[in-house]
Amino acid sequence: MSTTLPSRTLRDAFPANWTVRALWLGLVLYVIYAASILQITWARFVIGLDQGGKFLGRMWPPNVQAQKVQLITEGMLESLQIAVLATAFGVLLALPLGLIAARNLTPPWASWTARALIALLRTFHPVIVAILFVKAVGFGALAGVLALVVASMGFVGKLFAEAIEEISMKQVEAVRATGAGFLSVLIMGVLPQVMARFVGFIIYQLDSNLRNSTMVGIVGGGGIGATLFTAYQRFDYDVVLTILLVIIAIIMLFEVVSTRIRKVFQ
Amino acid sequence: MITAEVLAHSAPDGHAGASASNRDVEIRNLRKEYRAGQPVLRDVSVTIAGKGMTAIIGPSGTGKSTLIRCINRLVDPTSGQILFMGRDLATLKGADLRAARRTIGMVFQEYNLVERLSVIENLLCGRLGYMSWWRALLRRFDAADVARAFDLLEAVGLGEMATRRADALSGGQRQRVGICRAIMQNPDLILADEPTSSLDPKTSVEIMEVLEKLAAERGIPVVVNIHNVELARRFADRVIGMSKGMIVFDGPPSALEDHHLIEIYGGKGWLEG
Amino acid sequence: MSTAVSTGITREWQRFTLGERLGRYAVYVVSAIAIIWSLRTIEVIPEFLYDAPAQTYDLFERMWPFDWRFWPTVLSGLIETLHTATLGTLMALVLAAPVALLAARNITRSVALNQLANLILVSSRSVNSLIWALLFVAIFGPGALAGTLAIAFRSIGFVGKLLGEAIEEAQKGPIEALTAAGAPPMAILLKGYWPQVEPSFWSVALFRWDINVRESAVLGLVGAGGIGVALDTATSNLYWDQAGLVLATIFTVVVLTEIVTSRIRSKII
Repeated sequence: MSTTLPSRTLRDAFPANWTVRALWLGLVLYVIYAASILQITWARFVIGLDQGGKFLGRMWPPNVQAQKVQLITEGMLESLQIAVLATAFGVLLALPLGLIAARNLTPPWASWTARALIALLRTFHPVIVAILFVKAVGFGALAGVLALVVASMGFVGKLFAEAIEEISMKQVEAVRATGAGFLSVLIMGVLPQVMARFVGFIIYQLDSNLRNSTMVGIVGGGGIGATLFTAYQRFDYDVVLTILLVIIAIIMLFEVVSTRIRKVFQ
Repeated sequence: MITAEVLAHSAPDGHAGASASNRDVEIRNLRKEYRAGQPVLRDVSVTIAGKGMTAIIGPSGTGKSTLIRCINRLVDPTSGQILFMGRDLATLKGADLRAARRTIGMVFQEYNLVERLSVIENLLCGRLGYMSWWRALLRRFDAADVARAFDLLEAVGLGEMATRRADALSGGQRQRVGICRAIMQNPDLILADEPTSSLDPKTSVEIMEVLEKLAAERGIPVVVNIHNVELARRFADRVIGMSKGMIVFDGPPSALEDHHLIEIYGGKGWLEG
Repeated sequence: MSTAVSTGITREWQRFTLGERLGRYAVYVVSAIAIIWSLRTIEVIPEFLYDAPAQTYDLFERMWPFDWRFWPTVLSGLIETLHTATLGTLMALVLAAPVALLAARNITRSVALNQLANLILVSSRSVNSLIWALLFVAIFGPGALAGTLAIAFRSIGFVGKLLGEAIEEAQKGPIEALTAAGAPPMAILLKGYWPQVEPSFWSVALFRWDINVRESAVLGLVGAGGIGVALDTATSNLYWDQAGLVLATIFTVVVLTEIVTSRIRSKII
């Protein structure tokens, strides 16, 4: 090797990238700093593990007394109802909202107003919205439904607007050329192009509402979350575990069902 | 195996002294069925000489690719033996299989570079079989390997591209990197699966020249699948013709005549004009 | 136009098989039944609904003007929330990576292990962050530690699923090349898969961080630290002018996060 030209080395092959090194160093320092701010220490973690063992011990076995099962069934059914209604009304309201927000169909002032509204609806976590509705309409499923309607409008509205913006304007122009009014243009030119994707949005939103409907109850919005929170506050951790297992099972079941539905509509 | 390893370390510039040892690949009754009862290779038996370039020609879907992939076991044969350097490659498993693979370089039709790694690191990937994974993680490649990788890149005219990302290269440049990666393994054999099929005619010739030159300098035998008969004639020392999972021609390029090609490829219209 | 419509319909009739049509009708019917059933059985007190607009208006009126004396509490809660979201996301990335490898069918060849990984991922996603927070508060006591773990465990499912899909979509060619070079499995993972998965990895991380900022803002409602604690204090004391300040702060931060993440995303992709 000494006979050849001065051979190039590892440094030549992989020149030091100081930006990347600085980023990694920064990340490590940040983790240490943030952990100290949040008082996340190893000691607490170890104590927690011990505590966690006891906690799991009290959770197991899941409580399946007839009376508890009935409570859970009622709560779960209410969660399902919340999810169904929130999806139905949310999607219904999202339709006009998304349509107005689509920049290729409506004048800028209208679409920007609708987009701002959608952004506002999407900003807050459903739980925060639920708190506000609990104050406005009292404890119970109604507050939960309304909170999830807001979330559904924001999400479906946004996706719907994007879907409409992606459609082919040729078909719209063709229908318009026949002298059709705005409504006819919508029904003949726009909707057929987005309907297939729309089914997907609805299923997705129903899935998301189902997950969130298990949570709004914690702040008074009805459903299984309320049952869960009560059990939690009473330290009935075995009931908590039963509820968690039921939630996981239902959501897994829905994932299977939704794949089936998607296939039917493909 | 031990000899090969010792040589690989003691003679980084290749196996010039070792070429005398027997590197024949002896294939016996090799059979491969992807689906039971539908053999792609029908009990192929052939001995590929451990020197020079052997070209396997034949229409696509005839088992050429399966044949060479059986040698480094990217495809597991259904039955048969592949004897190479004193081992039956067909039966190797785990660490033994990896140790055998690192002595067999491979060049692919689609280059198969890791696009987001630099050119030089793609070359050094040829050394992964010889180093521990944590050294690979920290890029602690052997200094001699790095120097050799740079020299190889210079030799194929890509010296300036060493630290560029592989996805910045053209097809012909990528294939040069692919060949260099195989050479980096210090292999006892190079397999090339349609190395020129994704390239234009001029680049194809250049790539074959590079492959032939680098292998010949180091005395490494090459087995190349190629459907371009002209390239096979021009570069190979020996041609094996395959059709429907069987070997139908085996001899020097000069012995390859039109009636052989008709037997291999079927029809004759494509020969005229 | 009527001809256009009618041909559209005939094409429609031919395009779908009887089974598909029946399937669709079944979905429609079940949906209708579900909606009617929900409407009839859900416990809603109509008076509350009629009253809602007035109540909502009243609520917003009481929020303004904000009570700025509450700002120091809000700010420290906000900082805690951002740390919770970031640390939780980082922890999720670390925890999700092995599960993703287990879930990817091209890496883990055992169907049983794939299923196990999927079970972990689905469980993580099915349990809401607020519920995860409840569990961790029970174990570690109130505070940001519980919140961070809740964020992390809730995110494993999301990150693991997307990461697993990215691994499954990795091109086979380079992997084949490294295998043929005799590289050990770990080296193939590092030099074959990781370079291909890396862009998705960072974009998933960024995406999840964006979501986690929103999520961690509410964890305080069950005592898991952050700005949610301030919101909980304000609402349970009925200090709506303080709650308004918290909500405005959350709104601003969420909008800023979205701007920042979309900036970074357009830069790295």
